[in-house]
Amino acid sequence: MNAPVILARQPVVALVGNPNAGKTSLFNALTGSRQKVGNYPGVTVERKAGRLALPDGRSAELIDLPGTYSLDPRSPDEAVTRDAIFGRLPGEAPLDAIVAVIDATNLRNHLRFVLELKALDVPLVVALNMSDLAARDGIVIDVARLADLLGVPVVETVAVRKRGLEALGAALASRIGDAPPAPPRERNADIRALQKQARSLVATVETASGAARRWSQRIDAVALHPALGPLLLAAILFFMFQAVFSWAEAPMGWIEDGIAFLQAELALRLPEGWLLSLLNDGVLAGVGAVVVFLPQILILFAFIIALEQSGYMTRAAFLMDRLMARVGLNGRAFIPLLSSFACAIPGIMATRTIDSPRDRLTTILIAPLMTCSARLPVYAVVIGAFIPARDVGPFGLQGLVLFALYFAGILGALVAAFALRRTVTKGAAPPFLMEMPKYQLPALRDMVLGLYGRATAFLTRAGTIIMASTIVLWALASWPQPPADATKPGIEYSLAGKIGSALEPIFAPIGFNKEIAIALVPGMAAREVAVSALGTVYALQGVDEENAEGLIQQLRAAWPLPTALAFLAWFVFAPQCISTLAITRRETASWRWPIFMFTYLFVAAYVAAGITYHVAVAFGL
Amino acid sequence: MTASALHRPIDSLAIGEVALISAIDRAGLAPETAQRLCELGFDEGVDVEILHRAPFGGDPIAVRVGNMVVALRRDMASLIEVEAP
Repeated sequence: MNAPVILARQPVVALVGNPNAGKTSLFNALTGSRQKVGNYPGVTVERKAGRLALPDGRSAELIDLPGTYSLDPRSPDEAVTRDAIFGRLPGEAPLDAIVAVIDATNLRNHLRFVLELKALDVPLVVALNMSDLAARDGIVIDVARLADLLGVPVVETVAVRKRGLEALGAALASRIGDAPPAPPRERNADIRALQKQARSLVATVETASGAARRWSQRIDAVALHPALGPLLLAAILFFMFQAVFSWAEAPMGWIEDGIAFLQAELALRLPEGWLLSLLNDGVLAGVGAVVVFLPQILILFAFIIALEQSGYMTRAAFLMDRLMARVGLNGRAFIPLLSSFACAIPGIMATRTIDSPRDRLTTILIAPLMTCSARLPVYAVVIGAFIPARDVGPFGLQGLVLFALYFAGILGALVAAFALRRTVTKGAAPPFLMEMPKYQLPALRDMVLGLYGRATAFLTRAGTIIMASTIVLWALASWPQPPADATKPGIEYSLAGKIGSALEPIFAPIGFNKEIAIALVPGMAAREVAVSALGTVYALQGVDEENAEGLIQQLRAAWPLPTALAFLAWFVFAPQCISTLAITRRETASWRWPIFMFTYLFVAAYVAAGITYHVAVAFGL
Repeated sequence: MTASALHRPIDSLAIGEVALISAIDRAGLAPETAQRLCELGFDEGVDVEILHRAPFGGDPIAVRVGNMVVALRRDMASLIEVEAP
């Protein structure tokens, strides 16, 4: 560090404001890439902090507090904001100043919150954000008068264009003293009275001409149209999924090639033995299993961030609310569940936008039932082996079976949500009340920073667990080594083989043989690993999605049809991969829910596979 | 005009018809919900209009309240009464 040693304490400044005031954009503009994203201890609320250079040479820690409508919290996020403001958050220094970020195009509601903050008697600066949009809407605000009437500095800002940042810094510097300020005064805000006061303030300082939100209303005329709206939503989602799968194809290939290249290089340089096996089949395979999904996950996150920042996400929630309400969820659960078709991990991470904790938990618990892309290779192999490639009417039978599997997952999720909302997540959900912000073009800087934050979260949260578990599963599948005179595949002598054999009696009633039971053990790392694990137990080398023909022949000979169908049914509900359980642990901040999730999905998969098997046997298949 | 014509639920407004909130049945709401409604700008005397009704049965509705657009379900909307401006 070349910075001069500063003995003075670093002041702490927080950005506070209603959701959709452009708080995060302002935070990104003020701190750039100098930000740290973490979690507040004990809650799954993101803590974003960065260094803010003040014009007088001092620097402050800037915290982006979760958006809230008032100081009476209704969600864990809002409670963090309230506690931080009152200096009651464990491990957080009391605030030296607050920047109240308000939307200049929605002065009425946002000023009410400013009045609430002002009553606390802490150093306050108002950032009148999106002042360009206000001007475009024909809203003229007498800023000097507003500052005068409020008694605090008011600075016009346009966060996405980095305008007004210096003035904001100067205003802040003038409000931050050398000693920490007195703690905020506890108050008893009468929201309605403040609301009235805010309305009369607005009447004094604002003159509006022309139609506000004209652009948003024009877009909504299509986006929320009873017929066009759902079509547009379907088109956007179709494009999103096309992009996730087709754009990711090439980079996924490069990553696979790169891993294979490293494995081949290691094989040339190291002698055959456990070390090579650990590096190639454990570490590199583990890293590969994580990184290979990164392109898909990044593309999916990019779409989710763009949908959120543009304001379209709330429109999707509006359109889908009625359908989601039927199973006791609300419209906000729609996009996370949809994302889970690519991978449950980004889906579960996206549930943070659901404000009701019960709805959020329910959504997390059913997310793994959406058929993720890792299940496709499993379906492809088994369908390829057992479902004849003939046509039923205009459709191919194999495609129909695949569709039925996806559909079964969705149906299972709806039934599960319905059941969960009446049992473990029982209780009235807070009523559906959702602000629909004006549309905005997402700013590139906000997109990139948002994407970076979520990608690192994925890599550190899921990646470390996936890698560790892959190595553990590798060890289980490699030890003990088969004897020299082994007649059976090596895996049968290993711990995984022994676990599989021990599990066999459990799986026998649903038509699973020992080989399947063994393959399910390493399949816990990631579902598609079950394919290569089946290859291993049937003593085939190097089986993956691309060269599954040998495995298909082998399975045809080894499995009766009812077993194959039961295996497909199993994977619709399949106790999910370890990374899903790990992310559930992170997002629910307890082991209770991942254990519950595993148990209920295991039971569901077992019952579904059992019914499928016995019905198929009864029909003489 | 009868009293019921003067005060009717917000849900009975036609799309684009502007009215003023005349009463909110706060007793019919949980206290937090009543407050959240207030925080979102729903208050007696504020101008409102229904902008959109969702497909699949017209529930929820998107209401403009002041400069803000808020989505709410019809069961809650039935507790908000409006009158002609």
